[in-house]
Amino acid sequence: MTRIVVKGARVVDPAGGRDEVADLLIEDGRIAAPNGSTSGATVVDADGLILAPGLVDLHSHLREPGREDKETIETGCRAAALGGYTAVSAMANTDPVADNAAVVHEVRDLAERAGMCDVFPVGAITRGLAGEEMAELGEMIQAGVRMFSDDGRCVPSARVLRNALTYARAFDGAVIAEHCEDASLAEGGQMHEGYHSYSLGLAGQPREAEEIVVARDVALAGLTGGRLHLCHLSSAGSVSLVRRAKAEGLRVTAEVTPHHLVFTDEDLRTYDSNFKVNPPLRTAEDRDALIEGLADGTVDAVATDHAPHAVEEKETEFDQASFGTTGLETALAAVLTFVVGRGAMTLTDALEAMSTRPARILGTDDHGRPLEPGAPANVVAFDPAAEWVVEPPFASKSRNSAFLGRRLSGRVVHTIYRGELVVADGKAQR
Amino acid sequence: MNKHLLSIDDVTAEDIVRILDTAESFREVGTRVIKKVPALRGRTVVNLFYENSTRTRISFELAAKRLSADVINFSTSGSSVSKGESLKDTALTLQAMGADAIVIRHSSSGSPLTLTKWVRGSVLNAGDGTHEHPTQALLDIYTMRERLGRLEGLRVAIVGDVLHSRVARSLSFALVKVGAEVTLVGPPTLIPPDAPGWGAQLSYDIESVLPKLDVCYMLRVQRERQRQQYFPSVREYARLFGLTSGRVAMLPPEALIMHPGPMNRGVEIESDVADLPNSVIEEQVTNGIAIRMALLYLLLGGARDARPGGVSGRTGDDEEAGR
Repeated sequence: MTRIVVKGARVVDPAGGRDEVADLLIEDGRIAAPNGSTSGATVVDADGLILAPGLVDLHSHLREPGREDKETIETGCRAAALGGYTAVSAMANTDPVADNAAVVHEVRDLAERAGMCDVFPVGAITRGLAGEEMAELGEMIQAGVRMFSDDGRCVPSARVLRNALTYARAFDGAVIAEHCEDASLAEGGQMHEGYHSYSLGLAGQPREAEEIVVARDVALAGLTGGRLHLCHLSSAGSVSLVRRAKAEGLRVTAEVTPHHLVFTDEDLRTYDSNFKVNPPLRTAEDRDALIEGLADGTVDAVATDHAPHAVEEKETEFDQASFGTTGLETALAAVLTFVVGRGAMTLTDALEAMSTRPARILGTDDHGRPLEPGAPANVVAFDPAAEWVVEPPFASKSRNSAFLGRRLSGRVVHTIYRGELVVADGKAQR
Repeated sequence: MNKHLLSIDDVTAEDIVRILDTAESFREVGTRVIKKVPALRGRTVVNLFYENSTRTRISFELAAKRLSADVINFSTSGSSVSKGESLKDTALTLQAMGADAIVIRHSSSGSPLTLTKWVRGSVLNAGDGTHEHPTQALLDIYTMRERLGRLEGLRVAIVGDVLHSRVARSLSFALVKVGAEVTLVGPPTLIPPDAPGWGAQLSYDIESVLPKLDVCYMLRVQRERQRQQYFPSVREYARLFGLTSGRVAMLPPEALIMHPGPMNRGVEIESDVADLPNSVIEEQVTNGIAIRMALLYLLLGGARDARPGGVSGRTGDDEEAGR
């Protein structure tokens, strides 16, 4: 029997409604009764740390299979564990595309072997992400997929999306996740369209490129009764549309990335390609609306959209650089520093948006649950006051972080995954 | 002066006046039989042109040669770039070869700024994507000052595809800095709606603007924009926004007609209009050499032994390179 006792932490448990200093006893991968025997237990000193449910990411690009030069399941999982995550979702835009059970099994097997966090493969909605024919959702459901997305692009045809939302109703908990972007309006766009894009001479993507599709998809959720999730919202208008959809009782959830909660289009003034992300960073008003939406629950979850890229894909002319920033190793600290630290959200609410709610969206019982006896021991202990500067080396294979050079507060010290210390004293154990 | 010239956006009004005054002293060199001064003897200037350009490249080449610099023309076709070399590796190569200044023309906005991260020498933007073309703006306002005797209060219209024009950006930023009044004119699809933030006014009606102008600056309109549905036809564009003889008659008699070239005669400008006496399009070209001499001289710090009267330059710090 393996035992771990985490001593002296402030336990912040959003699902269980707890916030108190307590010890946590872990036995054979599960949380044990607090009065149980601690004989032979590994003692983890967590004095001054916050202990919370392990974080859950709805949106990562782990790149394997296909682009192992950018990231592998193993390096991505190590980055996740160091960032306090015990579960991540792996997006389907791999090569080959995860539009069938075989690729899904491969991703799960690689994750199992890495053994640092759970990986939930996201299946493609359409074959080859081509937006035309529905992929075999049922077969992927049987392989353990809960969320489907053509992320990187939206499903352009309303009819195809309608059918996917309708068809997925056959499977309990299946979620259709959309990257909302009208291709004809966004085409060629390098950044948010506005004052800065005009003066930098970069083609812009207007907010409406996202909002038009959010509105369409919400309407289709209404038409079908389907379960819709909206990825990485970037504009104030999108938040309003989701707020209204929820008020109407539609089965809609939404996520926002840490970088959209922190940065704006003004950060692109230096043509730093690490700020080139899709959807683009928008204005301060949009950012504030996203924070407000997250705080009031309109936006359910923080998701990283971890998008590792090779150095040469970022250190190049701006319009030739790839879209995306890494995020797994910085997400918690970014939210603690720029959202909780500025009083926009309580710590409990922020942790709920990073663990409990995304776990519910994924339909997993293994994460984000109340930290009570019997629950799988997936937890993170972090020092909320530790300051650090984001700089290489990273556990991720890539270093294209929008947060490079930023001083953040909040550092993961221990991550316990299925009752094992996969990160101890800030170091990956595998 | 900064170490680099990347955009008019980061140049001050004082810098602009200093550049124009320096160009004034260099213009005389171009009228001599032996058009050469030793100011940059032993310095190396690389023309790195990722986009075809005849006039800008030749103008920079002449400017550097008249200052006695060694000039290398690096065009991307038939070079390592056509074999897939990245901008970064090209930059590091030129750096290793000891380039003191790199003049870059590139179709990607922001490339000159990106280049400064990898080289120690000065970088001069010779036009980047749809961002800026600062030397064109400087030669344009030099021409305006020379012809009209002042810049402050000048009323200038920039007519055409402002949205995609690097010339329009640099020129309107520069004119606003020196106190001119700028009106951007064109179809609403080709005028950035946020341009009032640049300090410029907007108009969609060229004829209402013409009678009040000191300078009417016409931009090249690419036929490709019609295919992208920014306007319905070239014919309608020419009819609504082209500078015709009839419209020239609406201009005050002293007003200048300018164009950065190459012109689309019959589209944005009627052929005869381009050849009118108040059209200063060829002077713009001549002045371009003096402006580029002044910039190379100021950015490279000149040569202590051979400065033309009253001009002083200094080199920036290496620390600035990573801005």
